[in-house]
Amino acid sequence: QLLVSVATPGCDGFPSLDSKESYQLSVSEGSMLLSADTVWGALRGLETFSQLVGRDENGMYYINQTEIVDFPRFPHRGLLLDTSRHYLPLRAILETLDVMAYNKFNVFHWHIVDDPSFPYESSTFPELSKQGAFDAVTHTYSASDVRRVLEHARLRGIRVLPEFDTPGHSLSWGPGAPGLLTPCYLGKSPSGTYGPINPILNSTYEFVSSLFKEVSTVFPDFFLHIGGDEVDFTCWKSNPQISAFMKEMGFGEDYKKLESYYIQRLLDIVSSIGKGSIVWQEVFDNGVKVRPDTIIHVWKESSPPYLEELANVTRAGYPALLSAPWYLNRISYGQDWMAAYQVEPLKFEGSPEQKDRVLGGEACMWGEYVDVTNLTPRLWPRAGAVAERLWSNATVRDLQDAYLRLADFRCKLLGRGVQAQPLYTGYCEHEFGG
Amino acid sequence: GCRGYPHIGSSEAYHLTVTEPVAVLKADEVWGALRGLETFSQLVHEDDYGSFLVNESEIDDFPRFAHRGILLDTSRHYLPLKSILKNLDAMAFNKFNVLHWHVVDDQSFPYQSIYFPELSDKGAYSYNHIYTPADVRLVIEYARSRGIRVIPEFDTPGHTQSWGKGQKDLLTPCYNGQQPTGSFGPVNPILNTTYDFMTKFFKEISSVFPDAYIHLGGDEVNFDCWKSNPEVKEFMKKQGFGTDYAKLESYYIQKILDIVSSYNKGYMVWQEVFDNKAQLKPDTVVEVWMGNNYAHELSSVTGAGFTAILAAPWYLDYISYGQDWKKYYSVEPLNFPGSEEQKKLVIGGEACLWGEFVDATNLTPRLWPRASAGRNVTNLQDAYERLSNHRCRMLRRGIAAEPVFVGYCAHEARG
Repeated sequence: QLLVSVATPGCDGFPSLDSKESYQLSVSEGSMLLSADTVWGALRGLETFSQLVGRDENGMYYINQTEIVDFPRFPHRGLLLDTSRHYLPLRAILETLDVMAYNKFNVFHWHIVDDPSFPYESSTFPELSKQGAFDAVTHTYSASDVRRVLEHARLRGIRVLPEFDTPGHSLSWGPGAPGLLTPCYLGKSPSGTYGPINPILNSTYEFVSSLFKEVSTVFPDFFLHIGGDEVDFTCWKSNPQISAFMKEMGFGEDYKKLESYYIQRLLDIVSSIGKGSIVWQEVFDNGVKVRPDTIIHVWKESSPPYLEELANVTRAGYPALLSAPWYLNRISYGQDWMAAYQVEPLKFEGSPEQKDRVLGGEACMWGEYVDVTNLTPRLWPRAGAVAERLWSNATVRDLQDAYLRLADFRCKLLGRGVQAQPLYTGYCEHEFGG
Repeated sequence: GCRGYPHIGSSEAYHLTVTEPVAVLKADEVWGALRGLETFSQLVHEDDYGSFLVNESEIDDFPRFAHRGILLDTSRHYLPLKSILKNLDAMAFNKFNVLHWHVVDDQSFPYQSIYFPELSDKGAYSYNHIYTPADVRLVIEYARSRGIRVIPEFDTPGHTQSWGKGQKDLLTPCYNGQQPTGSFGPVNPILNTTYDFMTKFFKEISSVFPDAYIHLGGDEVNFDCWKSNPEVKEFMKKQGFGTDYAKLESYYIQKILDIVSSYNKGYMVWQEVFDNKAQLKPDTVVEVWMGNNYAHELSSVTGAGFTAILAAPWYLDYISYGQDWKKYYSVEPLNFPGSEEQKKLVIGGEACLWGEFVDATNLTPRLWPRASAGRNVTNLQDAYERLSNHRCRMLRRGIAAEPVFVGYCAHEARG
């Protein structure tokens, strides 16, 4: 019997960025003890324990004598799923959370809405999904769906970080919220198409305030990801009211200033609701005045190189997350897990204080070419390389050794019913669909 | 006749007339009827009230190319039967008519031979990673009833590491100076025992697989081991091959080709066999797979009077980010310098899904709908819409085809 001892009792709360996930595991003849400060550490230890148990040819379960003291290198170890480019049925999300737990991932970054579709059923603005989902009946997440995800995640020590990306990436918001998006112009008349959220109207900020109030009560985590990436200025530039506003505000021709004006107000709204913000790197790059505890999410591989960006962000005093080299949706032929594994997030010039500001990172599975038919094999075991990079000590980087362990882990995943794809030629005792 | 097997000369033409009160499907052969039934099934659509409808139609259809294949590799990774059968279904939905079964290779030998059971006993990944004679029969019959030919490939003399485990002295022992290193190279072309074995082995293959053709491989033979072996070097001298090991390779291939034709089978070979100037029978089918300048190779092969099939631009195992179906779609196989007669010798092509990084966990989404794009060239936007619809159709039919781009299907994939 495995004895589990948790110093700080309590299983009813939610994990947070500050949760302690350390644990100790002692296995010897006659005694097996797992001890941790918190239940979150116990969960990590239980996962390790489950991976240490083997089965011999006679069907007997066994475990080697072992002494383990373990704790994560980075506190934020996330996986991003995109449910806008393609809807993902609930079971796909829940299964992904299971496998995240096997890999000790602890943040589910839910990029829930974007240009193509708005599957989130908002209680304040039900028209958003009614008009914006691919199909309002079959391709949405109800309040109870969301609660299921939150609880399924919580029980695995996984934080759910929702992202409502604005002012760009928001075309699907338009149909259900008339007047929210900027009408583009062709000369003097509206062209009929729309662009990013309209930053010059008071109604915009009332809307956004109400929506984020709702989001902040639905999602218990302290942090909200508010996006802020890839804003295309073409539509703003074409709109005469916006041009007038630019003049009024003295922004000249610099639309980055308009973008920053919007983001600033949004960040203020979010902090007035008592939440912390995570933003994509453009917000920092564009010189927006953000609060010192705003987390900057580095996603661009170059211009500047991501290590340089991490250095800049942390030197300016901000905490950072790294995703740039971990866009798992960017598939290529061969063992691309190796490149992900060899990333060293702290390989930049900086003080120890700076390095401490790198909170971790996230593997991203953007959804342009991904849905439930190929999500699991595309995620696993490749994401496992990122998981280890974020949990284990920086010295754990031998590729040969990692290959053997990851290949073995992949077979274990198959045994647990996960449709994880192969790393290279070979076999598992029990194949998928065998 | 529904009892025969499809072959390269089978007629797949059909005529479909949909009017009131009956629709009529006519075809010369049952294979054409199968293709017409597939088309008919795709014409049926559901309206918003759940009624099934077909538009009045008149269709006269036949394939441009008679050989439309998919290559599956069951050596780099074992593929459970269910996965192979599922893909035969998907092939039928896409009117593919050849399963090129690359059944064994270096890594494993899953084919359970009746004459040489040691081959899979010692060469398969494990006892659970084997195709029994019953399994093989099931694949052949499942394919046949979908109008799909099964062409097995037993690739030699290279790509044969796994054969050596269960058949001693089949592979060439490599040498370091005067000492054997303990490792082995391609099939040993200088021993009579090699040809005795192959004679018996291909006798079995010829009777197990009913198709008129067997694929004999012949690609990527690495000469290093042969060059290191003193007996092989001696043989080269005796034969007057000098240091041209391509001659030794051709010597071997020649004998295998003769063995196989003695069983009244035609053969398919990878392009090296032609490139290295082996003496091929006129009905040999040469498979062009090398990526650089395959148009030139098609010219050469057909110029020499041989039938060709094209695989080079359709290596679907070479995944990349984005809508790569477009480049598969844009391939025009007959875009090579040559006469009308030469162009007629290109009988089709194959989409290849080599198995280094593929097994049953990711085969279906990796193959479909990308393989569906090996189609006729019309225009890309129209193709995109039809491909996306077809992808949703495959989902409805239980094929986990991956998305083409952003969007959705009314009926998403089930668990």
